[in-house]
Amino acid sequence: MEHEHSGKVNQARGSIGAHLKNCGVGRRTFLEFCTGLMVAAPYGLALTDKATPAAVAKEVARAKRPSVVWLHFQDCTGCSETLLRTSKPDLADLILNVISLDYHETLMAASGHQAEAALDSAVKPGGFVLVVEGSLPTKAQGIYMKLAGKPALQVLQEVGSKAAAIIAIGSCASWGGVPSADPNPTGATGVDSIIKDKPIVNIPGCPPNPYTLLGVVLQFARYGSLPALDDEKRPKFAFDRVIHDHCPRRGHFDAGRFVTTFGDEGHRQGWCLYKMGCKGPDTHAGCSTRHFNEIPDVWPIGIGAPCIGCTEKHIAFRIPQFETIPIHHATPADTYPEVQTSQGSMGPLATGIVGAVAGAAGGVAWMARKKFQSSEEYAAPIIAAAEARNQAEHPATKQEKKPAGEA
Amino acid sequence: MSISRRDVFKVAGAGTVAALTAAPACAREEERYEQANHIPPGALGLLYDATKCIGCKACVSACVNANGLTPDTSLDGLHQAPLALNASTKNIIKLCKATDKHPESFVKQQCMHCGDPACVAACPFHALEKNLVNGIVEWHEDKCIGCRYCEIACPFHIPKFEWTVFNAKIVKCELCDFRLAVNQEPACTYVCPTHAVIFGPREKLLETAHSRIAAAPNKYFENRVYGEKEAGGTQVVYLSAVPFEDLGLPTLSADSVPAKALSWQKKVYKWMAGPVLLYAAIATAMKRNWVEHEKEIAHEEEETGLKAQL
Repeated sequence: MEHEHSGKVNQARGSIGAHLKNCGVGRRTFLEFCTGLMVAAPYGLALTDKATPAAVAKEVARAKRPSVVWLHFQDCTGCSETLLRTSKPDLADLILNVISLDYHETLMAASGHQAEAALDSAVKPGGFVLVVEGSLPTKAQGIYMKLAGKPALQVLQEVGSKAAAIIAIGSCASWGGVPSADPNPTGATGVDSIIKDKPIVNIPGCPPNPYTLLGVVLQFARYGSLPALDDEKRPKFAFDRVIHDHCPRRGHFDAGRFVTTFGDEGHRQGWCLYKMGCKGPDTHAGCSTRHFNEIPDVWPIGIGAPCIGCTEKHIAFRIPQFETIPIHHATPADTYPEVQTSQGSMGPLATGIVGAVAGAAGGVAWMARKKFQSSEEYAAPIIAAAEARNQAEHPATKQEKKPAGEA
Repeated sequence: MSISRRDVFKVAGAGTVAALTAAPACAREEERYEQANHIPPGALGLLYDATKCIGCKACVSACVNANGLTPDTSLDGLHQAPLALNASTKNIIKLCKATDKHPESFVKQQCMHCGDPACVAACPFHALEKNLVNGIVEWHEDKCIGCRYCEIACPFHIPKFEWTVFNAKIVKCELCDFRLAVNQEPACTYVCPTHAVIFGPREKLLETAHSRIAAAPNKYFENRVYGEKEAGGTQVVYLSAVPFEDLGLPTLSADSVPAKALSWQKKVYKWMAGPVLLYAAIATAMKRNWVEHEKEIAHEEEETGLKAQL
């Protein structure tokens, strides 16, 4: 398949529309695909920023079929799997008609030298988009992974230096993902910490939504531009909101209805998974609105599993799965403080009691003072007697001793 | 150390200068009070209709976001659920539970922007001032000494002190004046989905309130607008089906709080009679004690033949 396909590279220079027509793909199927793309990227992507699916279809049809080279490093192939499960378009349409997938180690029939030749013919300077899946081992000169006798790092440098743009798909390619979890024995890291001089888009996720990838690739094919990115180079159209803000279970969070044990009554009722360690409140991703495989509720929280924050470098594979995270943007609960009307007024009884207490305290003080005076009077003759005795015993020291004795 | 004749003149002279400058200063203060502390013609305010409020608390969130405050999550650590106005809550929705006499109702609490604010009258350094044009009661950080007189003086318990930090602020609603400056309405009215709280010139708000009462004569409590006359009139006014007292709005007379205090003050300070009498009483007591003390000293010296150490 791969050889046959790479032989068609020149033919692939034609537009997507022409190619689809040649292959007999119906307009309806194509419109469905464009609608799916619009749903996946409702804003922030120039390609889908059109009023109707037909308008998007017009734009996409004009795009040249982008040549895509897909490299695998330390990965589980889950990101490829998610791409295989798109149904609009289905896989055959996608890799043969919409994009021109010129090298993919899992999908191609070729192996050995044949496969190497395919890669060589696909890699033409500036003529392809490189998709990287999996992290790169950096420890010990990258000997932990080799392709055709070359370390992964070298393969990435060779292919990446010729790519027009690089898309890092999945959390592993974005920053290291699972292989980079503590203690990170291979020194796994993402593409953007190795290649600095190419436009890079990170599409983290474990796995990410394939429509995000398609959106970015097609936008690049049509306009030669990449969508707006956030600080971590993630396309904003898919990653600028937190899951929590659009979560179907949000009502339960606001009402304080939480699952406390898996399988408990709340879990059966579909309550909020926050207390089970759901990372939704801190995870930027579109999962809560764009479910997987075009089937409603197919995403972690939808099936009752807490979000693990797979698109966030500082959460996924760093914070334990069932540990709760702080809420950064707290919003009001479904409960209300009550009006307290007693504040600021004082009844006559209270006034009377306070007055009585104050009066009693004053009276006690007065009596104590009297008593104090009388005790002075009581002590006076004793002191006088003591002084007289003192004077009789030490008449000469009277003048010096007197003040001291008094003190 | 002995006091020379020259020193006496110095002090007397300084006192005279102080007295001479204090008198016009007092007059100026009074003039300023007359000028500022009433509802100006361009007064802006809010009308909150409790019968329209659905308790969504969008205004509570919006207020915190617009004013750059930290949401108060002290209740459960998860939700912004303040129990009362505080240093991170300038606006709050409270619930008044249903009783035999009235149904359930929500109530919004924030600064009332009084015509003659007690906080402004209580503030010793004009850190709180009423804007001459729109009547918003503004707090100026550079003048505040943190005495909290405003917090105690306010009949609505609105200004709150920031207890948790060293350089504390006084926190209260300032009607989003920074938004007004860029032609945006306050955050709470902007987000209100049912228009339960609306923003506008006070005159118009009162007009609206009265037309609502006229349209539904038995709907509102006593067919009156709270804040139209209370405490000399406030720029934030309320409509409710529930007695205002139950919503936590105190029953106040039409005299403003400072006006009442001022009438007493004017009596006490008439011809400085109050202070003079007070100091006279204190001086008499001191004189009496002093005479007793002198006697005691004389007695002590007579008895011991030494200079008394008392």
